[in-house]
Order: sequence, then structure tokens, then C-alpha cells
Amino acid sequence: MTILATILLLTSGICFIMGLKLLGRGDTARKGNRVSALGMLAAVLGTLVSIIDEQSASVFFSGGLDAPFVWILVGLLIGGAIGLPIARMVKMTAMPEMVALFNGTGGIASLLIGWGQLVASQTTASFGGADLSVTSFSAAAIFLAVLIGGVTFTGSLIAFGKLSGKIKSAPVLYLGQQIVNSVLIAALLACGVWLAVDSAETLPLYSAIVLSFVLGVSFVAPIGGGDMPVVISLLNAFSGIAACAAGFAVDNTLLIITGALVGASGLVLTRVMCLAMNRSLVNVLFSGFGSRATGTKQGAAERGEAKVISPEKAYYMLEAAQRVVIVPGYGMAVAQAQHAVKELATLLEANGCEVRFVVHPVAGRMPGHMNVLLAEADVPYEMLYQLEDVNPTMDSVDIAIVIGANDVVNPLAAEETSPIAGMPIVEVYRAKSVFTLKRSMAPGYAGIENPLFYLDNNSMILGDAKATIQALIAELKDDG
Amino acid sequence: MNFLTYAFLFLLAMFLGVELIRKVPAQLHTPLMSGSNAISGISLIGAIGVISTAGDSRLAMLLGGLAVAFAAINVVGGYVVTGRMLAMFKSGNAGAGK
Repeated sequence: MTILATILLLTSGICFIMGLKLLGRGDTARKGNRVSALGMLAAVLGTLVSIIDEQSASVFFSGGLDAPFVWILVGLLIGGAIGLPIARMVKMTAMPEMVALFNGTGGIASLLIGWGQLVASQTTASFGGADLSVTSFSAAAIFLAVLIGGVTFTGSLIAFGKLSGKIKSAPVLYLGQQIVNSVLIAALLACGVWLAVDSAETLPLYSAIVLSFVLGVSFVAPIGGGDMPVVISLLNAFSGIAACAAGFAVDNTLLIITGALVGASGLVLTRVMCLAMNRSLVNVLFSGFGSRATGTKQGAAERGEAKVISPEKAYYMLEAAQRVVIVPGYGMAVAQAQHAVKELATLLEANGCEVRFVVHPVAGRMPGHMNVLLAEADVPYEMLYQLEDVNPTMDSVDIAIVIGANDVVNPLAAEETSPIAGMPIVEVYRAKSVFTLKRSMAPGYAGIENPLFYLDNNSMILGDAKATIQALIAELKDDG
Repeated sequence: MNFLTYAFLFLLAMFLGVELIRKVPAQLHTPLMSGSNAISGISLIGAIGVISTAGDSRLAMLLGGLAVAFAAINVVGGYVVTGRMLAMFKSGNAGAGK
């Protein structure tokens, strides 16, 4: 390896580390993203330079349209041509499923690397002076890259489907699911051992590919849509680990280090989110959360009727309010209501009212999902509060406006028998009045009845969140 | 390099990743996840490696090419999406200064 390649690859590693560090702070995050992108460029250039060093340039560029260089260039162009427009055009509200999809492409890439590496070593045992015959160790690494990459790929596709509403988000459960999964994993391990023992064989590889695809589906399908933030974060960690395994398979140090960085950061984020819900990762992944919840509830009849009011009535109460908190949830994202919400907050403040936004750590379909949307609508940081800042003062709040949030304000979390027991919530039920903006009376994503709706101080405003808020804005403007 | 060296590097990088992310504020979780997702497109260099060693194997060449394309989607899409998200946070800051 020449000095140039070494410098480029070292720079790349430093850029990724610095980039991640800078991404973790609000004022440096944009710089962090650019630094990390620069690292990626250095990584690609460094890899190309080192290849040209190791094999003679003539091999790399020769062969006309069939030269390795051409294959790389064409692959890069096709990938860029697909990724760029998608990333440019996607709406901010569709961000979670987009990240899931990109994550999936990273996973399948790792799988293809493992596969390609094995095929190459089987056909050309020695090429360009490098001995490519596969040791048991690299066969095991190839197997892991295929396994984790395949699970990440189909798992991400299912997550994408659930988040974008293309497939039903409810948990898919069937009898003997755990047994099927155990059999799948056992079969996969058998393939791994077989491949490590006899790496000239292709059958274990192909079986592993198919089985890993099936495992990805059966792993994510039983997890309800409400838990998708955790799943995406975990799959993100997987894609890092898959890249890392691919690094072991193709003997690439930078790939190992960077993959491990991503894997570790993804695992930390996953843990943070589980802590925010006060549930263990095992509970999130294997409980089929929400699927059995409806049966344990007493039913709405016992709780009385929910009070439904019109936006006009809500306006009269809002106009007199001194302290308002706004609790956004996934419904705000679906209705694309963030700009209207911001306008409402501005008008209320002009009316002499104190407005605070309370962002629950797991509101939405991605950690920090609400923050991104509120930032898009130009809601200043100063108006955003964590739930522990607002809950102690909740008694003095005149009106809490819940916009398309449900489980994060569900008082049932205080009851031990509840499936969401122990999850910290925004205690809006203690406010003097609560407005719940909701499309219908259906239970939330977790499928749990919400007693908040039947409390005396709660009023439902049914309908599209954006339309409701725009109606409120119109009333407030009329007044001014 | 031998297995032990790789294993050491792997473990150290894992610890580094944990330390880097541990104290990140909640509002940056989404951009951070999206940003680290873009970094996981590093499999791109592995894919390039596969093409360079594919030799006479058409299949390996094709698999490598596909891997490059998929990883490139991950890289390009990931960085652009993250950039768009973070651009919004910046305007949020500017709004606060008003």
C-alpha cells in the first residue's frame, strides 16, 4: 500500500469518528454530517488507490467495458442516481420509513459482498498474486455478513412497509412462532458450520441467504408499528455489524472499525429508547406488544361517554387560557400539521398565552421524530420541553392540546397490569382541560384503550388534525 | 493481519462508538440515526474490493456491482437525507434568535 492510500484511509477513519462526535451536538451537527461524508469520499478514493497499487493499473482498467473500474463506476452511478432523487424528494414526515429503506440497502450490500467474496474465492483460488482461498475463519465471517445482512434487508423492508402503511402495522402472531424462529436460527447455524467446514460448497451459502431473508421477515412482522422506532434503531445497528462482518470476510480494517462504530452507536440508541419506554429490549422484540392488550380492558361502556366538542367551542376556551402545553404525536406527522401547529402557537403567544411543546422521547415513529418536524416548522428550541420539566407544573396548565398522540399520554401506564405499565407519560390528565385531536375514537398504535378520553376534563376534537388546527387559527385570526 | 488484531480493533471501535453516542440529546436522535445509517454504507468499499478480486468470475463481478449500487444508494441517500434534516434544525435556531 502506498503512502497516499494509507493517508486517505486513515483520514477516513478519523473523519467518521469526528463526524459522529460532531453529529451529537446541536450546534455542530451539520458540520458532523459533512465531515462524515468527507470520510466516505476518502474511504472510496483510498480503496481505489490501494487496489491500483496492489494489482497493476493495467488489470484494473483493462478489458474495455468489462474492466473492474467500469463495473465500480457504473454501480456508483446507478446507486447515486437512485438514492439522490429519493432523498431529495421525500417529505420530512416520511423520514422514518426512508431511513428504514436506506438501512435495508446497506444490509443487502453486505450480503452481496459475502456472497461475491465466496464465489470469487471458489472460482479463482489465486488472483493478482493474492491468495484468496477461504479459511474457516473467513468462511464464518462470510456467513455472518450474509446472515446479518439478509436479516437487515428483509427486516428493514417490513419496517418500511409498516411505517409507510403499505402493510398492516399490527403485530403478526401465530401459534408456534417461537418454535419456527428457533428452528430457523438452528438451521442457519448449521449452514454456518457447514460453510466453515467445507467452503467449496455453495449449497450452505444459498440456504443461508434464503433462511436469513425468512428470518428477517419473521423477526419484524410480530413487532407492532408503535415499536418501530426501536426496531429501526436496532436494524441500523445490524447494518453496521453486517458491514463489520463483511470487513472480516474481505480483510478490510476500515470496514471493521467503521461497521463497529455504527453497530455500537445503533445499540446505544436502541437502549436509550427502551429506557424511555421503561421496557426491556427482549420485551419489545418478543412480546407481540399490543396484540393481546384489547382483551384485558374493561371496555368503553364502563368509563362513560367521551365528550366531543367543536373547534369553535375549543377556541373560546383557548382564547381565555394563560398556560397551554402542546403534546405532538404521530398523528401530527400523518396530518402534516406541524406548520399549522406552529402558527397556532404563535397566535396564542400573541394573545398573551404561554405555550410550551412537550416532546415525549418515543412520540412518533422514530426517536426525536417530533423534534425534526417541529424544527421543520421553525418552532424555536426554547419552546420545546422534556416531559420531566413539564409534568411537575401540569396542575397549573389551563389547556393541554394533544395532537395525534395517544399512548404517551395514557394514564394506564400507572397501572401495574397495563401492557405499558411503568412507561413515563406526559401527565396531561392533571391539566385543567385537555383537548385531544384525533381522527376517530379508535385506540392508539399500541392497541390500548385510553381512559384519558373519558375523563371529565378531556374534550375530543375529532377530525384531521391539520384541518382542526386551521379552524382554530381562523377563529383566532377573526378575533384579532 | 491475524484474528486477534482484528478482534481488538473491533472491540475498541465498539467502545468508542458507545462513548461517542452516550450523551446525545433526544432531539438529535433522528439525525444521528440517519447519519450513522449513511456511515453504514461503508460496505461500499467492501463491494469495491469484491469487484477488484472477482477475476474471471462473472458471477462475483455481478454480485460486486450490485453491492456497489446498493451501498451507493445507502451512502448518497443517507447523507442527503441527514443534511436535509439538519438544515431544518439550523433554521429552528435562527428562529429562536428573533
